[in-house]
Amino acid sequence: MSALDAIAPPPSPTAEPTGEAGLGPWAAAWRRLRRNPSGIVGAVVVGLFVLVAVLAPLLAPYQPATGEWFGEVTPTAVPGPSADHVLGLDSFGSDLLTQLLYGARSSLVIGVVSTAVGLAVGAVLGILAGGLGGWVDTLVMRIVDILLSIPSLLLAVSVAAVLGRGQWSIMLAISAAQVPIFARLLRASLLAQRGQDYVVALRSLGLRQRRIVVGHMLPNSLGPVLVQATLVLATAVIEVAALSFLGLGAADPAVAEWGRMLVTAQDRLEQAPQLALYPGLAIAVTALGFTLLGEALREALDPRSDR
Amino acid sequence: MLTLIVRRLGLLVLVLFGLSLLLFAWVRALPGDPARALLGEKATPAGIAEITARYGFDRPVWQQYLTYLGRLLRGDFGASINTGEPVLSTFAQRFPATIELAVAALLLAVVVGVPLGYLAARRRGGLLDNLAVGGSLLGVVVPVFFLAVLLKYVLSIWLGWFPTSGRQDARIDATHITGFYVLDGLLTREWDASWDALKHLVLPALALGSIPLAIIVRITRASVLEVLSEDHVRTARAKGLARGVISRRHILRNALLPVSTTLGLQAGALLSGAVLTETVFSINGIGSYLFDAVNQLDYPVLQGFILFIALVYALVNLVVDVSYGVIDPRVRVS
Repeated sequence: MSALDAIAPPPSPTAEPTGEAGLGPWAAAWRRLRRNPSGIVGAVVVGLFVLVAVLAPLLAPYQPATGEWFGEVTPTAVPGPSADHVLGLDSFGSDLLTQLLYGARSSLVIGVVSTAVGLAVGAVLGILAGGLGGWVDTLVMRIVDILLSIPSLLLAVSVAAVLGRGQWSIMLAISAAQVPIFARLLRASLLAQRGQDYVVALRSLGLRQRRIVVGHMLPNSLGPVLVQATLVLATAVIEVAALSFLGLGAADPAVAEWGRMLVTAQDRLEQAPQLALYPGLAIAVTALGFTLLGEALREALDPRSDR
Repeated sequence: MLTLIVRRLGLLVLVLFGLSLLLFAWVRALPGDPARALLGEKATPAGIAEITARYGFDRPVWQQYLTYLGRLLRGDFGASINTGEPVLSTFAQRFPATIELAVAALLLAVVVGVPLGYLAARRRGGLLDNLAVGGSLLGVVVPVFFLAVLLKYVLSIWLGWFPTSGRQDARIDATHITGFYVLDGLLTREWDASWDALKHLVLPALALGSIPLAIIVRITRASVLEVLSEDHVRTARAKGLARGVISRRHILRNALLPVSTTLGLQAGALLSGAVLTETVFSINGIGSYLFDAVNQLDYPVLQGFILFIALVYALVNLVVDVSYGVIDPRVRVS
């Protein structure tokens, strides 16, 4: 083992010499991240979003999608803010604030699960392609090419149409669109390392290919994967909304889901624009948070990248 | 160049073949009888018998696939469950509306985005630069359907500047030749029809254009910044060339290459965005066709849609790749 330990793999986040001497690559990246104001904003927004999603049952004043006050909604008017309902009601007679808070919950669950599945499947494909090479690489990349030849929304629509409506099919639909992204990323990262001195050295020491890839090359790809996953989460939040906007989400139209709320809001746009405004802003702000955080992570992990 | 085209066409055939297999398997994988699934709620015993005979669901699976493939090759994409209309002819009828919208959106994005990105880069760090960078970030994170709903509320419901939906006022007796309403009005000299179609087009194009606009601003800015620091620009400056000449010949010409490739990559995003935009503004393009098909689980339409879009998408990307070689001679060599 001692011979192996002597060959330190190049740290994936390149450490800058100035003022960061003595810091490990991850510590240096963490330090750069903390000094990036837009990264902090992103982290705060993401943190709040996660907090709201997790604590929705505690924060929300009522139960979601009950339609309890349906009697107060008339064909011409939806009650606005009042003492009982801070943001007013939605068009199905549920508390709007409650719907929004629970909407964060379903966005987070769908976004995180789909990204995790997309990452896992994409990573396996990318590792097979980049780690083994040869005909496996060709085959995997052809599959990825086919997946990429379909616009992601359409890919998601077809997956959701096969599986029927509901949150599960939205999750799988979004991960299907993410698989090629992660597969390409990992393959490229592994291929770039293949010729590097430390890999050649490990191989000459007699390490098996699997051990080199899993134990040494993969950890070095962690940075780019982390960045991509954060950025993909931003897209996932928008795509969840887009798919339920298209009617592929839960069958119940009164469900607490931001995209679905926006669709139903359209029928009453003239009388109650707030029904569209709040969920739309929620989607945009959440996506903004993940994008800012993702780009700050990219800058922190790769100081050479220009702003 | 020719090998590139041939190779890409080969890949396209492979992709379409793979897709057709998947789509075939899809309808076969639906729970229950495929004939019943194709007919949906309107299934009658006679209808099921007819569909079973027509698609040969009683024959071996590989024979069924060959029949399906044969139909596709002859341009028979099946008929909608709901309307009974052949999928392909409905596409042909609705495609111009979507193309018109996408072209208007792209035009808007290029006309606004390229100068904005260029100016932002020339005045790096200035107010315009910060606005452009911030705005392009917003363009990426604000969902296109939310922007569409916002524009519709503010500019047409609230201020009343633009019509809320559709492509043309029904009271206008316009002649339609190409299906592109703005162009039709110009061709037939029905100026009011053209003007009305244009007014209907503005908001959807603004909403849809926000995606490529944000990306074009970013790419133009980044690529102008890169070109600005190159030796040949410094040389041009040193030998005293006029500012305008440097901008046009030395900076813009080189900086626009990456922009032209991203335009091709935008085809997919534009299409997805068009689906959402059309539903908000009730435009009868292929986007709203898909929306209806999804909501009514119209399998033949969905099948045809996916194949058709994959074909269009791949062809657009092929054209972009080839044109890239034409614009930049260096690509041809490598």
